[in-house]
Amino acid sequence: MFSYYLKLAFKSIKRNPILSLLMVTAIALGIGASMTTITVNYLMSADPIPQKSHQLFYVQVDSWDPHNAFSDDSDDNNPPPTQLTWTDATNLMSAKKANKQTAMAKSGGIIEPKGLDSKPFEASIRLTFADFFSMFDVPFLYGSGWDQQSDDKRDLVVVLSKNINDKVFGGENSIGKDFVMAGKNFRVVGVMNNWQPVPKFYDIQNGAFDEPEEVYMPFYLKEELELPNWGNTNCWKSPEGEGFKAFLRSECINFQMWVELPDLKAKADYLAFLDNYVAEQKSLGRFPRPLNNRLSDVMTWLDEQKVVEQDARLMLWLSFMFLLVCLLNTIGLLLAKFTGKAAEIGLRRAVGATKAELFKQHIIEAGCIGLLGGIAGLGLAVLGLQGIKSLYGDYVNNLSSLDGTMVVVALLLAVVSSVLAGVYPTWRACNIAPASQLKSQ
Amino acid sequence: MLKMTDVKKVFRTDLVETHALRDFNLHVKEGDFVAVTGPSGSGKTTFLNIAGLLETFDGGRFELDGQDVSDLNDKQRSQLRNQKIGFIFQSFNLIPDLNLFDNVDVPLRYRGFNAAERKKRIEHSLDMVGLAQRMKHLPSQLSGGQQQRVAIARALAGEPRFLLADEPTGNLDTQMANSVMDLLKEINANGTTIIMVTHDAALAKQAKRNIYVLDGKVSEVGKSATANHAHLAAVQ
Repeated sequence: MFSYYLKLAFKSIKRNPILSLLMVTAIALGIGASMTTITVNYLMSADPIPQKSHQLFYVQVDSWDPHNAFSDDSDDNNPPPTQLTWTDATNLMSAKKANKQTAMAKSGGIIEPKGLDSKPFEASIRLTFADFFSMFDVPFLYGSGWDQQSDDKRDLVVVLSKNINDKVFGGENSIGKDFVMAGKNFRVVGVMNNWQPVPKFYDIQNGAFDEPEEVYMPFYLKEELELPNWGNTNCWKSPEGEGFKAFLRSECINFQMWVELPDLKAKADYLAFLDNYVAEQKSLGRFPRPLNNRLSDVMTWLDEQKVVEQDARLMLWLSFMFLLVCLLNTIGLLLAKFTGKAAEIGLRRAVGATKAELFKQHIIEAGCIGLLGGIAGLGLAVLGLQGIKSLYGDYVNNLSSLDGTMVVVALLLAVVSSVLAGVYPTWRACNIAPASQLKSQ
Repeated sequence: MLKMTDVKKVFRTDLVETHALRDFNLHVKEGDFVAVTGPSGSGKTTFLNIAGLLETFDGGRFELDGQDVSDLNDKQRSQLRNQKIGFIFQSFNLIPDLNLFDNVDVPLRYRGFNAAERKKRIEHSLDMVGLAQRMKHLPSQLSGGQQQRVAIARALAGEPRFLLADEPTGNLDTQMANSVMDLLKEINANGTTIIMVTHDAALAKQAKRNIYVLDGKVSEVGKSATANHAHLAAVQ
C-alpha cells in the first residue's frame, strides 16, 4: 500500500499545484532558515578531534594580578588566565611530566621563495614542539614532524602546510630542501596534507575558526630568532626592562599549552604536578593569587570559552520559531487541502477504507510535501550560508558548508515536522462522516 | 439477507430532534431488486446510509447477510462494506485525477488482493459495463452515462452481495438513465441484490419490488410499483 499511497500523494500534490507550492514554500523557508543556523551551530560545536578529545587537556595556571582576577569569556568569576607566560610554558615543557606535551605560540614572518619571479610574502607561523603533530593527529603528505632533539637543539627545521608547499615548491616533495623565512635558512622536514580542525581548538585565543598556520617550527626559535608575537598578548603588569628578552621574562601571557594524558590518574598526577610547580614558583615570589590551576579537555575547553557564540544560539532558537510559524501555516494549508478532498475521503470510506488506512494515506502525503519542502529548503540553506559568507567574509568560511550529515538532518527535519504538522489535518480528514459527503459532490 | 426490525434514527441538535427513521421494518431477500421511493425528507437516504453501514442507528435490530451489525466497530463496518456492499451514487463520485482503471481499483486496494487479481477484476468489471477500451481515460473525458457505468464497475469489482444505489440516474438524461437501468437489471439477473433509492416512478416500476417510505417508516410494500404511483403523484 505504501507505493499506492505515494502515487496518490503525488497525484494530490499535482491536483492543487498552487496550494501545494504554498506548502512546499512554507516548509522550505522554515527549513532553509533552520538549516542555515543549525549548520553554523553544528560546525561551531563539533568535536574537532573526536578520537582523542577526552585525552587532550589545555593547561591553565593562575599567574595573574593579586588584586583582580583574570577576565575571559567564561561564566567563571575567578578564571585562571587563558594563556601562559614564556617562563611557565618553558618550565612546564622542560619538566616533561605528561605523556606528550606541547607549548605553542602564534607568530609570523616573511617567506623568500627561490626563483627570480617569486616575490617574498608574509605567512603565519606556529611555534610548537615535536609532540604537536602526533598529539593532534596531523596528516602528512610528505615527511613528518621534527624530533625532540630538534626542539632542544633549536634546529632550523620547518613543517609546511600544503598551501605553502604548493606556493613555494609547486606542490612537489620538498623534504630536505631549503626554505628561507625570517631571514634564516630552514630545512623542510614535513609537508602537511589538508588539515583544518573546526573549531581550531588548539588555539581558540587567536580565532577559533581561523585557518591553521602556514609554517610550523620549533618553539624555542621564538627566543633564538626573536620572532614577533602574533595573536592575543595580555599583561597584568609591565615587563621589567626593555626589549624582547624582558618580554619573555615578564608576566605577559601569549603562549598556549596542551598535554596528552591517557586516563584520570594521569590527569590527577599532572594536576598535582601543576600545584607543586605553582607552590615552588610562589616561593620565588611569583603567583600571588590563590592556587587555581586547570586542566580542561577539548570539549570542556571549547564549551567554557563559549566558542559557540551566544548570538549564534539565539539565531538558532529564532530560526526554530520561524520554522514553527511556517509549520503552523502548513497546518492551515493542509486543513484547507484535506477539506477539499472531503468527497474523495467520503468515497474511500464508503468503499471500505478504514480510518487507519486513510490516516496512512494522508500522513504520507504530508510527508511527501515535507520532503519536497526539505529539498527546496536545502537550496535555500545553501543560499543562506552563501549570504553569511558574503556578510562575514573568510572568517566564516569553515562554518558555512553543508555536509552529508546536515543534508540528512535537513530532509529528516522537513519530513518529521511536516508529518507532525499533518497529524491534526489528517485526523480531521479521517473523521469526515462519509454519508455527509456522498450526496454533495 | 437484509433485515431491519424497528430501526430508529434520531438526528439531534441543541434545538431540534429529528426522527429520520421510526420503527423502520424491512426484509430484503437474496436476489431481490427493491426500489425505495418517497418524498424528500421521508428518510430514504438515511435508510440507505444505515443499510450501507455508513451511519449508525439508535434502536432496533439490523441484520446483514445473517449478521447482527449493531455492535460492530468502525473497522469491522469498513471491512463489511468493502466485502459485501457496492455503492452507486447520483453524482458518480469518481476520483477526477485517477483514470478508469485506478477508479475501479479503489475498493480492491482495501481488500488486500494482489496486483494480478485486481487487474483481472478491474478488466472484467469494466468489460461488463462496456468500457474496457477506455481504461486509461480520465472521468472528465466521459459522458455522464459512461461515468455512472464506471461507478457501477467500481461497485461490481469487489463482487458484493448488495448494490446500494442512491438516485443512480438522477443526473442522467432519459436515454442514459434507461441504459443504466438496463445494466442494473442485468446485474440483478446475475444474482446481485439491489436496493435503489429513486424519485423516478418509471424507474421504480422496473424494479422487482417497491417500497414507499413516508415519515421515516415503510408505509407500503408491494411487488409492483403501480400502487405507489398515486402516492408519488400526490406528494409531488
